[in-house]
Formats: sequence, C-alpha cells, structure tokens
Amino acid sequence: MNLRKYLKVYKKFLHTSLASELEYQTNILVDLITAILSLVGSIFLLSIFFQNSGYIGGWKFEQALIIQAIYTILNGITNTWFNPNLTEIVKHIREGTLDFVLLKPIDSQFFISLKKINPSGFLEIMLGFLLLFFCIRINQINLNLSFLTLSSITISCSICILYSLWFFISTSTIWFVKTWNAIEVLRSFLYIGRFPLSSFSFSLRIFFSVFIPIAFITTIPSEVFLGLTVFWKILLEIIVATLFLINSRKFWLFAIKFYSSASS
Amino acid sequence: MISNLINRKIFTLLKVQYSNMLEYRVEIALWAISGIIPFFMLNIWTNNNLNESINISDTLLSRYFLCAFFVRQFSVVWVVFSFEEDSLMGKVSPYLIQPLNPFFRYFAQHLAEQITRFPFALIIAFFFFILNPESIWIPNLGILLLSIVSTFLSFLIQFLIQSIVACLCFWTEKASSIERLLFIPTLFLSGLLAPVVSFPAYVKSWIYLTPFPYLIDFPANLLSGNETNISGGLIMQILWIFILFPLFKKIWSEGTKKYTAMGS
Repeated sequence: MNLRKYLKVYKKFLHTSLASELEYQTNILVDLITAILSLVGSIFLLSIFFQNSGYIGGWKFEQALIIQAIYTILNGITNTWFNPNLTEIVKHIREGTLDFVLLKPIDSQFFISLKKINPSGFLEIMLGFLLLFFCIRINQINLNLSFLTLSSITISCSICILYSLWFFISTSTIWFVKTWNAIEVLRSFLYIGRFPLSSFSFSLRIFFSVFIPIAFITTIPSEVFLGLTVFWKILLEIIVATLFLINSRKFWLFAIKFYSSASS
Repeated sequence: MISNLINRKIFTLLKVQYSNMLEYRVEIALWAISGIIPFFMLNIWTNNNLNESINISDTLLSRYFLCAFFVRQFSVVWVVFSFEEDSLMGKVSPYLIQPLNPFFRYFAQHLAEQITRFPFALIIAFFFFILNPESIWIPNLGILLLSIVSTFLSFLIQFLIQSIVACLCFWTEKASSIERLLFIPTLFLSGLLAPVVSFPAYVKSWIYLTPFPYLIDFPANLLSGNETNISGGLIMQILWIFILFPLFKKIWSEGTKKYTAMGS
C-alpha cells in the first residue's frame, strides 16, 4: 500500500466525477430542494408524534432532533459516496465490466468504493450540520475537547458500519446478480435510524442492535451529544465498527474468488 | 374487431411481462419486504400510546397500517426510471415506430409485477397476523371490492403523475431527480407513515385538495374499516385522473415532436 499513490489516484477520481456530475446543474438544484423537503418532512412527522405527548421512548422533541441531524449527515454521506459507488458494483457484475477493475494495478475495493462522487450529497451533509449546531444551542450542550473527540469517534464508527452494510449487500451481487432491491430493503431498515431506538418495542430493539446494527448508527452518537451515554456503549460501537470493516474486506476477497466474468 | 385487437395486444403484453417478472422472483420478494416501513411506524405509535390522542384503538390502527402496507404494495410505480433508462440508451426509438404507445408496455409491466408480488404480500400479512392475532378481521365483500377499485385508482394516479414526469426526459435527460423530489411529499402526506387524521389542523385544512391523501390514506381507511368519506374519496380520485390524463396526452405529443433519437 503506497499511501501517496492512492491519494493521487483519489484526486483524479474526484476531478473526473465532479466534472461529469456538474454537467447536470439543474439536477443539483433539484436534489438540494429534495434534501430540504425531506428534512422538513421528517421534522413534521416527528412533530406529529410529539403533538400530544412530551416524551417518545424517554426522548424530548429537542433531543430527538439531534437524531434527525445525525441521520441527515449520514444520509448525505451515503448519497455522496456509498450510493453512487456501491450501486455501480451491481452494474459492473451484470455487464461483466468488473474484469477491467480487477485488472487494474490498484486495490479493487478502493477503486470500487471511491471512484464516484455525487456533489449534491454535500448539501445534505451541510444541512445536517446546520441542524446539529441548532440542536447544540437549544439543548445547551457545552463544547469541550473530550466531548468533541467522543462524538467524532462515534460518528466515524457509524460511517464505517454504514459503509460495511452497503458494501456487504452490493457484493452479494456476485452470487445473486440482481440485488437492486436488497439495497431498497437496507434503505427501508435504515429509516429506523431517524427515531430513538428506545421508542420501539423490545423485539425490534434486539433485532436492530444484534442483527442489523442500525441502533449503533444514530442513537449512540446522539446519546454522546446529550451526555447520556455510558462508556461500554462507545467501546461496543468501536468494536462493532472494526469487526464490520475487517469483515467487509474479507468478504470482498472471498467474493471475487467466485466471480466468473460475463463470457466465461 | 378493433377492441378484439386491443385485447389481444394487452393480453400478449401481460403474458410476456408476467413471465419476465417470474424470472426475478427473489428480487420482487425483496421489494415486497422493503415496503414494511408502515409496520415500524405502527410500532412507534402503539409502543408510545400515541394513538390515544387521535381516538383510534390499537386494533384499528394496526389494521390501518397493514392496509397502508397493502395499498402501497399495489400502487408502487417506477415508470420514470424505466423510461429514463430506455430514453438515455436510445431504446425508445424502436418503441415509437410500433403502433402502440410505449406506455402500454410499462403499464403491463407494472400490472404483471403486481400479480407476481401478490403472494409475497400475503405471506408478510400472514406473519403480521401471527404477531398481532387480535387485529384479524374480514372486510365485507362490497368494501373489499371498493377498496380494490380505489387502490387501482390510486395506482393510476401515481402512474399518470410519473408518466408526466417521465415525459420530461424528452427535455432534460435526467427526470428521475424530479421524481425523487415528488416522492417526498408522497411519502409524508399520503398517510404511509402516519394516518392523515393525526395531522395537525393547519395541514388538514388543505391536504384533502391535493392528490396525496387519496393515494394511501383513503384506500387504507376504506379497507381497514376506519371512518372515511367513501363517495367523496372515490370522486376525488376520479377527478384527479381526469385532470392528469389530458395533461399526460398533451406532454406526450409535445415530447415526441421534440424527441431526437441517438444518432439522428
């Protein structure tokens, strides 16, 4: 692994994909409006839940907004990097162009996960941060160094888990050929991440922390923001994220052994 | 003679598309699973006793969300994505030469997909009843027929809206981002995530003039036996179809004039 070489290659990736995406400028504007509307919609839904009760699963409205903010940031990251790249795997495998990726003198997982970028997701990330700063103000959270490190650690762990989930599903295309809809299933499960985990029933809570760790993705970082979290939860998230990342790597190396290109 | 010909065409199209859909059973099963968001929402509603404030009992609310799931299953439309791909790849040109509007092809595709999806939706409903045995009910035949009709009308409204958006491909190439924008109000206002009854008054005052509550809330209320204005809802659905259909015909004829095939 030559870090400098990969940085250089990544710069080229950024350049080419930004150039091609900026061709569709009105598209970016439409995507911005979509991101704003979708945030307004979910706050509207949240306000319906709270209109007659002060607490949902032990969370106040102002606290639940933090989850929305973190969800929006993570969704923006998904739309910027994971969605454009990892849906491409499905296309590579169906059309047999994965051959060209595997032949390149560069790590194939790196190539496949970071080749493209969708700039309209940046707007969503910024929107999420705006909401987050607003939440920090209304919840009167003190910013200090240990808080900042803890929150950035948990959010980066969430990003790793999210990436691995997307990557697992897209890689399974090697066996199943068409998995567009498996991605849709993942999307609908991720929808859970907009709400505090404690607002669901016990069985769903178990399902979403053991089988698909969506609970870790938004709830734990939000708890860090509110100062509610306990140390073992953060440690657990770090362990889960590391396990997921290592396994995504192993899974990719395992899966490409089964890849037989289009004509063979 | 002419009607016979049309019947034969539609029958052949359906048969072809149905066998095509049967090829991808797993994909359709996964798609059916990805529609379970209403059940997550139901979980939040009942787990936090939020339904007390809107005077709907647990059983009626769980029936409502089950019906919302069913209505959504049979009114999913993706014509804009198919049409965008066909139009970018230049596949629309051969369709245009045929003496049949290409949208019939997509229409048959959707119907065939719904037939394939039906057993999977039943299986999910079966599991739902095992988990919530108290919500089992049998709607009477008249209501059942009426709700099938209104679900089909809801499908038609969404199909027409998306076809109108799809025709924008003739001008902008990437029409799917406009569809994603339109999907946001559909998601939050149609009653998929929360019944329209629970919306705050300032939304309820204008929402019944838009097509959204007639997409999921109205058919789901009808089928689940919740209170709803049956004749009013059906009239509004038909009215929207009468508004949208001429619009679609207009934009289609304008668009085909504008169309320039690849290489011409």
